[in-house]
Amino acid sequence: MTTPLPRWADLLVIPLLNLLLAFLVAGLVVALIGENPWRALTVMLQGAFVYPGSLGYTLYYATNFIFTGLAVAVAFQARLFNIGGEGQAAIGGLGVALVCLALDPYLPVVLVIPLAILAAAIFGAGWAFLPGLLQATRGSHVVITTIMFNFIAAGLLVALLTGALMRPGQSTPQTRNLDALLPKVHEILRAVGIDAAPSPLNVSIVIALLACVGVWLLVWRTPFGFRVRTLGESEPAARYAGVAVPRTVIVVMCISGALAGLMAINEVIGAQGKLVLNYTAGYGFTGIAVALMGRSHPVGIVLASLLFGALYQGGTELSFEFDTIDREMVLVIQGLIILFSGALAFMLERPLARLLTPRARLAHG
Amino acid sequence: MSAPPAISLRGISKRFGAVQANDAVDLDVAEGTIHGIIGENGAGKSTLVSILSGHYGADAGEIALFGESVKLASSADAIARGIGMVHQHFMLVPNFTVLENLQLGFAKTRLLKAGRKDLLARIAAISSAYGLEVDPFAVVERLPVGLQQRVEIVKALIGGGRILILDEPTGVLTPDETDRLFESLGVLKAKGVTILLITHKLREVMAVTDNVSVMRRGKMVAHRQTAQTNREELAELMVGRAVRPVRNVSPSANGEVVLQVERLSVRDETGAERLREVSFDLRAGEILGVAGVAGNGQSELLAMLAGLMPPAAGTVRIGAREIGAASPSDPAEMRALGLAHVPEDRRREGLVLPFAMRENAVLGYLDEARARRPWMIDRTRMTGRCQALMDTFDVRPANPALRAAGFSGGNQQKLVLAREHGASPRILLVGQPTRGVDVGAIEFIHRQLLALREAGCAIILVSVELDEILALSDRIMAMNGGRIVGIVDAAEADRQSVGLMMAGVAHPLPTGTAEPVYRDEAIL
Repeated sequence: MTTPLPRWADLLVIPLLNLLLAFLVAGLVVALIGENPWRALTVMLQGAFVYPGSLGYTLYYATNFIFTGLAVAVAFQARLFNIGGEGQAAIGGLGVALVCLALDPYLPVVLVIPLAILAAAIFGAGWAFLPGLLQATRGSHVVITTIMFNFIAAGLLVALLTGALMRPGQSTPQTRNLDALLPKVHEILRAVGIDAAPSPLNVSIVIALLACVGVWLLVWRTPFGFRVRTLGESEPAARYAGVAVPRTVIVVMCISGALAGLMAINEVIGAQGKLVLNYTAGYGFTGIAVALMGRSHPVGIVLASLLFGALYQGGTELSFEFDTIDREMVLVIQGLIILFSGALAFMLERPLARLLTPRARLAHG
Repeated sequence: MSAPPAISLRGISKRFGAVQANDAVDLDVAEGTIHGIIGENGAGKSTLVSILSGHYGADAGEIALFGESVKLASSADAIARGIGMVHQHFMLVPNFTVLENLQLGFAKTRLLKAGRKDLLARIAAISSAYGLEVDPFAVVERLPVGLQQRVEIVKALIGGGRILILDEPTGVLTPDETDRLFESLGVLKAKGVTILLITHKLREVMAVTDNVSVMRRGKMVAHRQTAQTNREELAELMVGRAVRPVRNVSPSANGEVVLQVERLSVRDETGAERLREVSFDLRAGEILGVAGVAGNGQSELLAMLAGLMPPAAGTVRIGAREIGAASPSDPAEMRALGLAHVPEDRRREGLVLPFAMRENAVLGYLDEARARRPWMIDRTRMTGRCQALMDTFDVRPANPALRAAGFSGGNQQKLVLAREHGASPRILLVGQPTRGVDVGAIEFIHRQLLALREAGCAIILVSVELDEILALSDRIMAMNGGRIVGIVDAAEADRQSVGLMMAGVAHPLPTGTAEPVYRDEAIL
């Protein structure tokens, strides 16, 4: 018999304990290579939040993670494991680039941007539609198909960025600079008279937060979300309740893909201003860890995204500061955090439950 | 000076979290007797048996077997002490032969072949000694359920069993197979085997046991000699209050035909024909009981009518809608046609266990929760609806915010029934309405079904509990191998005639010849 933990313990204490464990082990590793773990932590925190512009970078990374984390979380509500965020984001980027390349010479920026955002979502959804369709009608597992679609997407982008979409007269695999760009946050702040260090942070983060609210409403407040959650908990119950299972699977996958695709706006018309090869840089995969750590809930995903954003940004700083800590070492630390908060997420559940129940028993007399 | 009891338990206690499953239980079972243990679901019978078979350790208390105090640390310990257990759900590998299944536990040699002859001899010895014939080379899944159970009994005895524990052994058997099981138990008893029979069916206790012990809420509340008690007393001891059995006594309404099934066939996913050319009518205000051993097409009949399986051939007509192979239906459409469904497996289908009760209260009826804003769920309405259902059907605790998983089987079933009842259906499909439901709730559920019938609802009742079907139905339809064996008026049916039909005998014996008519007795 398992004693379910109170909600606050499940949502707060467990993730914090996991994080603490991860930092402890990471600290041991840092100590092993002869550095002071405490100083490393300080550098990392300063690098993520304190140095000029660092907070902007942290939030900019977090924006990517919010989109890809939400994508995984939405699909997971129906117990679909969409690990194709990487490919869906790449194709979303293609959609953004195509819209901008085709329209920004002719239309004003204020018109192109909404169309580009729409294209990000539609292209991402389209890339998730086929795996969803195959799952719904043929029973092909989305884990397999989405990961295969990642490769197809990567190949497609290589072909296009070294061919039709490559900047004329250049040999780097990227498009020309796009005109329709999202405003950067530091520019907006300067416009209203607040001095801010430059960073790639742009208004995509507002769209990401709106997406969080949207996902929360969709999953927990609409009849569609109710059906999705029913399907996730028990497919026989969903069939019994009249849920059109194949259609629901397809629609959920499309929504998931659209969210992953939206990540493109933060990069393509946000930070970089062009579509470059491999711009997704593993954000799609990290979204899985974000969703796991955030317990597939928008609030948790925002918090987990902040953490991973800080790790990305602080980790970069770490490799600047220490000779012995290189990029790979930072990956080890990030890996430890994923290991403890993702793969071993439920390791502490039982001990904690045991710790909490004696008190409950005493209370009952 | 009498011999020490075969089993003697003193002060056995076991706690799971907040639940005191066994509370200072005492029990004496005399050697060579059949001893019944009865109690409602959750009374602690299964826990007690698990302790006795070494599966759980008791928190406190002592166990003595044949006068010798023992510690049973594992199932192997219990088997070595001569305790054999026959589980409710068989512990056999379906695609192994009988011999292979027995080798699984009792092959003592490194190579299977070496011990084979020896084991075959032991099987033969047991078969002849106790009259338990089994073919060692038959594949288990091809054996009828009654014979599979016999294999389990042989398995229990081959370990040197002097004590045989049977947990709800008749749930999966036809009445005929049940009779044969009880004959076998009689032989075993005559040969000196001590038998502990766990059941909730009072008729069986009265039929075969020498002594009976009653459990309620983890405590042993009474010990009786079977000859000196009766069903009414035992029912009262089990429930803790007097129980009035529910019967369908009012004449059939003879209403209009609301559902017409013609030459309906249904195939499952593997293409096997599960329902073969089934035809019947259903009238408003009647309860049509579907009798049959589990797996003879009743589940598929319910699933098809609920829109969960498409017909392979034939038609179903509800009002103007004709459902056929070319025009299948779905559960949402069937609900719109006025058909409600209490599914056989409420834990997998009828409820989403991790959901709050209020969400379960609108499962399949989401429109009830979104009147004002069509694209949003109105949580106030949803909670209000759940509260109303809980109040009218006495679901306890009446708190819509609690998860369905935390409710007892009876309360879960009451909510499912309340939800389907709340849709004011013209047709209600009910599968196993009282499986895993305690006696008090059974009484309530039966009354609600009869009240719906009075209100003109047409009900199809599928149940493996023949007594339930006999007590509630206007007409009884017996199924075997996916076919309808016959449809008879309940007034002319009894256990024996329906039992024969369930076994596939199309023309039942004239009623009133042999067995007493159980229809007039307690449905317990």
